[in-house]
Amino acid sequence: MATPMVRAEAVHKSFGRNQVLRGIDIEVAPREVMCIIGPSGSGKSTFLRCINHLEKIDAGRLWVDGELVGYREHGGRLHELPDREVCHKRSEIGMVFQGFNLFPHMTALENVIEAPVRVKREPVAAATERGRALLDRVGLGDRLDAHPRQLSGGQQQRVAIARALAMQPKLMLFDEPTSALDPELVGDVLNVMRDLAHEGMTMIVVTHEMGFAREVGDSLVFMDSGTIVEAGSPRDVIGNPQQQRTKDFLSKVL
Amino acid sequence: MTDLSADPPVPPGSTRARPEAIRAVPLRHPWRWVSAVVVLIVLGAIVDTFATSSLHWSVVGQYLFDARIPQAAVVTLYLTAIAMVVGVGLGILLAVMRLSPNRVMAWVSWLYIWFFRGTPVLVQIFFWWNINTILPYLSIGIPFTHLMVQASTNTLVTPLLAAILGLGLNEAAYMAEIVRAGIISVDHGQTEAAQALGMRRSLVMRRIVLPQAMRVIVPPTGNETISMLKTTSLASIATVHELFFVQQDISNFNYRIIELVIVASLWYLAMSSVLTVFQYYIERHFARGSVRGLPPTPIQRLRRMLFQFHAAPPLGSAAEPDGEPWLPPAMPHSGM
Repeated sequence: MATPMVRAEAVHKSFGRNQVLRGIDIEVAPREVMCIIGPSGSGKSTFLRCINHLEKIDAGRLWVDGELVGYREHGGRLHELPDREVCHKRSEIGMVFQGFNLFPHMTALENVIEAPVRVKREPVAAATERGRALLDRVGLGDRLDAHPRQLSGGQQQRVAIARALAMQPKLMLFDEPTSALDPELVGDVLNVMRDLAHEGMTMIVVTHEMGFAREVGDSLVFMDSGTIVEAGSPRDVIGNPQQQRTKDFLSKVL
Repeated sequence: MTDLSADPPVPPGSTRARPEAIRAVPLRHPWRWVSAVVVLIVLGAIVDTFATSSLHWSVVGQYLFDARIPQAAVVTLYLTAIAMVVGVGLGILLAVMRLSPNRVMAWVSWLYIWFFRGTPVLVQIFFWWNINTILPYLSIGIPFTHLMVQASTNTLVTPLLAAILGLGLNEAAYMAEIVRAGIISVDHGQTEAAQALGMRRSLVMRRIVLPQAMRVIVPPTGNETISMLKTTSLASIATVHELFFVQQDISNFNYRIIELVIVASLWYLAMSSVLTVFQYYIERHFARGSVRGLPPTPIQRLRRMLFQFHAAPPLGSAAEPDGEPWLPPAMPHSGM
């Protein structure tokens, strides 16, 4: 079997005395789409943020594409990676946030080409050309010069996806990408994500959209209070949950 | 998908007539008249006092454009500019240090601000002006060797440099707090989104956080600049030939003290008025992206008024717009 894109082994994380993650084990294969569901406060978002080292894990091991996240193992000990290398690894992982977090002082196109130009040092002309194509692909080819505040929530989130894709990531993390959207705008964003999945992008999606999880997801994980309660194919977990906790949760969201 | 920039169109088949405009009897405001009378009386008393004093307005007029005065005003202006450049530059550095995860840097910044904010700026200028009394020579060299460059402090620290050091270093402490407030005001999600794209701390600060912090930083910085314009008068203690020093120099000869103070004040007022206009336009520039459309500038409003006056529809016309239309700044460029 190929190297998993993401592998987590007994990942623990606390904020002060609050244990947010209590032993997460996960494996995500290349081209796989994994959806994570669970009540708020269950640690889904924190786990996602650990994968690109926005949060440091306290115990356990986390690998992306076969390399440890945030550390290097040498002589039987873990050494913290220098800032430069952490940033380089983050640049290979795209992340989409619940609150979009577009840069409000830049136009849609400037948002998209900022990182390719400043981080990857791509020539502006080449980055612009690719940025236009990406915005066109998410259905915003006519709003290149709009500032985020002139765009609807759904449009902003699609710009945010294009911005992440502009770095040509090998893995995309979605942190409740549609939770802040008006119901009628959710569809456009999910369509973009569905296309992305069909093109073979490896994706981990924290979501409350059961329809998306069932239709697009290859695997589904149900998390509660920092642990994985149940995992498997979306059809099984949603259609035939084994744990009482999962049944309770699903009965509320379906 | 909604186009947020366009107004909702009026349905073409709309048949309901617009009701008659309200014409109510306006409320009376007697206190406005009372206050106007009181203000007139007070103003009259002030004018009368000055008119009957031995103040010579002709002397004010005579010195207002005396070659020495505008020259001194130029010194005041560039002292303001240099002190603010030093203050803003060092202030940004101090603010970033203060917020740095490096504890040593944060502590150094705190200490600097504590010291320079806690002592009077006049004392600081005085200190730099007299530094030569304790350090007759300044030298830069490689420690523990005899390789060094040495200079006499007396020739190195000119009046202007003493003033720049005093004003600039003091200003940096205040600017640091202003910049820090600006940086903190930027949503943390911005930093996270930038980090997630692989941007390093310095790049995030330069490209993402500081440009957005500007909206919060610029208005108080404008105030600081206007304040600095007047604080430069303290440089007179270091014999810098700025406005206050020069007017004093003149009145020491002709004893027209108040007349020359009025001359200086008129120049200070004129210069701060010009700065206020600059401030308005700079603030407007940095408000981009935070509001959907910018309100028109006074000049644009004036143009629009003239334009509308010419193009006003005849009275009683049905085309009367309801309320002030929200014109984006790009529109009213016709005419003139």
